[in-house]
Amino acid sequence: MTTSTTGTQPLGLRHLLSTEHLRREQAEALLDTAAGMEQALTGRAVRKLPTLRGRTVVTLFYENSTRTRVSFEVAGKWMSADTINVSASASSVSKGESLRDTAATLGAAGADCLIVRHPASGAPHRIAAWLDRVGHSHLGAEGHVAVVNAGDGTHEHPTQALLDAATLRRRLGRVDGTHVAIVGDILHSRVARSNAHLLATLGARVTLVSPPTLLPVGVGEWPVEVSHDLDATLAGDSSHPAPDAVMMLRVQAERMHGAFFPSAREYAVRFGLSQVRADRLPDHAVVLHPGPAVRGMEIASSVADSSRAAIAEQVTAGVHVRMAVLYHLLAGEDVA
Amino acid sequence: MTIKISGVRPYGEDPADLFVRDGVLVEPVDDPDETVDAGGLIALPGLVDLHTHLREPGGEEAETVDTGSAAAALGGYTAVFAMPNTDPVADSPVVVEHVWRRGREVGLVDVHPVGAVTVGLEGGKLAEMGMMAASPARVRMFSDDGRCVNDPLVMRRALEYARALGAVVAQHAEDHRLTVGAQAHDGPVAARLGLAGWDPTAEESIIARDAMLAATTGARLHVCHLSTARSAEILRWARETYDVRVSAEVTPHHLLLTDTAAEDYDPVHKVNPPLRPSADTAALRRALADGTLDCVATDHAPHPVEAKDCEWPAARPGMLGLQTALPVVVTTMVATGLLDWRGVARVCSEAPARIAGLADQGRPLTAGEPANLVLVDPDAAWTVRGAALASLADNTPYEGMEMPVSVVHTMLRGRWTVRDGKVQTDDGTRSAAELAP
Repeated sequence: MTTSTTGTQPLGLRHLLSTEHLRREQAEALLDTAAGMEQALTGRAVRKLPTLRGRTVVTLFYENSTRTRVSFEVAGKWMSADTINVSASASSVSKGESLRDTAATLGAAGADCLIVRHPASGAPHRIAAWLDRVGHSHLGAEGHVAVVNAGDGTHEHPTQALLDAATLRRRLGRVDGTHVAIVGDILHSRVARSNAHLLATLGARVTLVSPPTLLPVGVGEWPVEVSHDLDATLAGDSSHPAPDAVMMLRVQAERMHGAFFPSAREYAVRFGLSQVRADRLPDHAVVLHPGPAVRGMEIASSVADSSRAAIAEQVTAGVHVRMAVLYHLLAGEDVA
Repeated sequence: MTIKISGVRPYGEDPADLFVRDGVLVEPVDDPDETVDAGGLIALPGLVDLHTHLREPGGEEAETVDTGSAAAALGGYTAVFAMPNTDPVADSPVVVEHVWRRGREVGLVDVHPVGAVTVGLEGGKLAEMGMMAASPARVRMFSDDGRCVNDPLVMRRALEYARALGAVVAQHAEDHRLTVGAQAHDGPVAARLGLAGWDPTAEESIIARDAMLAATTGARLHVCHLSTARSAEILRWARETYDVRVSAEVTPHHLLLTDTAAEDYDPVHKVNPPLRPSADTAALRRALADGTLDCVATDHAPHPVEAKDCEWPAARPGMLGLQTALPVVVTTMVATGLLDWRGVARVCSEAPARIAGLADQGRPLTAGEPANLVLVDPDAAWTVRGAALASLADNTPYEGMEMPVSVVHTMLRGRWTVRDGKVQTDDGTRSAAELAP
């Protein structure tokens, strides 16, 4: 792992659509750049880098998400990009304009980067393919509109996984060789998919902990282990070390209507991170949650508020990671 | 007038001359009025498609009886069955008669309307099956295709009622409760792509149930677009164990394409039932070869561009099939040694004609039989371009793919509907582009 790199080497990233196809050196360079961003901002009275001056970053959100949108917006602003927010309720989206037309319009209007959140898995892939095909020779220096997946359906949320990895680096000093348990609704979670791929790529051992109803049928081919017993996973045994980090996923109460589990109470008893369970973790173990947390359901309030929990650090790391992503997609080598 | 088709290879066997007069194949004559050199071409009985969506009435932006008939003729078909999920639904004598008359006006292929099983395809009340059977369209196949007749009691009654009409009920087997929001086959690919999984049990459980209902009622059941290895096993078991009259079709795309096609999220590969893993594809090919599956049906499903050029879950399921079906069968079944050309004639013409009760289709290539023919060049490869197909829509999943064989001529009751790859009409030859309204 190098720490000198702040993006001076081109990563060959045109878009950031998933972590599944991210190579280890690309992921590590993004994390290194994020750390560099944090250092560059430390101690500054005015948190503003000139890096992306003149570049236009558009967030195109078809789902409400204050935390992710704000994080990208802050990341863009701290690097002096012009950031514009488009949300489904505030644009022609609600009038039934097609995704393709919306994307083409934003590209033609001068966006250098589209940050896309969409309830349909693969929507950012489609946008990237359309914009690449059009070519946009009249736009920008390279005629290229970069697309960042900010969460697509139940597919991926790559910057969330990157910020989780950045947080683990800060807390544990490394990702390689650690054991991370991801607990909760894996089936519907884009965070789980992105983390499973990225953590495995970075050399971590990953255990998904969930009732079988909340796991995809095809999970067997993921680079992970699967457990249905949270206590056994937290305790570890001779072949399975206790986790260095536990990532709790939000469980939406409406899943009960789909008969995924019997009741919120039973879920909390079997899969919630209670104070008792947290106390059994190794001293160094860290607790992550992508937020928003349902306290009392998947995580006890006392655990969420404990020093073990890195929830606030995750949010801060999110800004640095998103700065790094924008930097590599938009600035590249020519600005370094 | 007598036409001599010289040097053609019936069923891909030894070269022979075929003679056609007054719409039927006749014994050889010495002085034909016209001789067509068919050296090197293979002759098969005209193909019969039990599963076509012609989209008329109501979906004319994607396909019409005119353009769909042209696509059928160019694909080597002499008869197609038009599914009833139109707007209005073909659940009454008026609509089926309209579709039937439009087919006759166009005249490129016999268009047989399929009647709906239930009013509005809503699965509740039986449609007027008897009136549709008695109409000039003579409907002998009923289906709610696109939707499953999910209610077991309604399905039982439909089977019983159809038995007295000499009709077959074609079931789109999909238990709706297992496919709520489903997007792609429930396996590793869908799990990775984050597409909601389509449980194959949805299909298999309905096939098992319906086979038992067919055994109970003594009625004839046809299974549309059977798509999994387990479905084929259930069919095999039901037939071996009970005296049950069940037939089944498989689509060309389920023989060739697999669920990995979804990896680029291009919904041109979205179809119902979904593309399956390669293990299913292989099992379906074997089941077609050994007769477990009776026939190939296209499920030709044109869609306007905006129904496909969008995000995957928003797209409508279905793909074009009429002009690529025969080449895909050759790729998957002949080139692999699973079927010879006699077998192709069986699964693409003879078996579907028998299932649908067509007396004048799928007949042997012998004197006295109707002159419904397709002549295929087994060595003329071509590259699929959706925009060049006769259909108004261009949602082919085979864009850019090379097809190994070409349909050269198609003949319907002694009249050429396709000559040298061009559609023939009463007012002369028309290219695909000219067929657009």
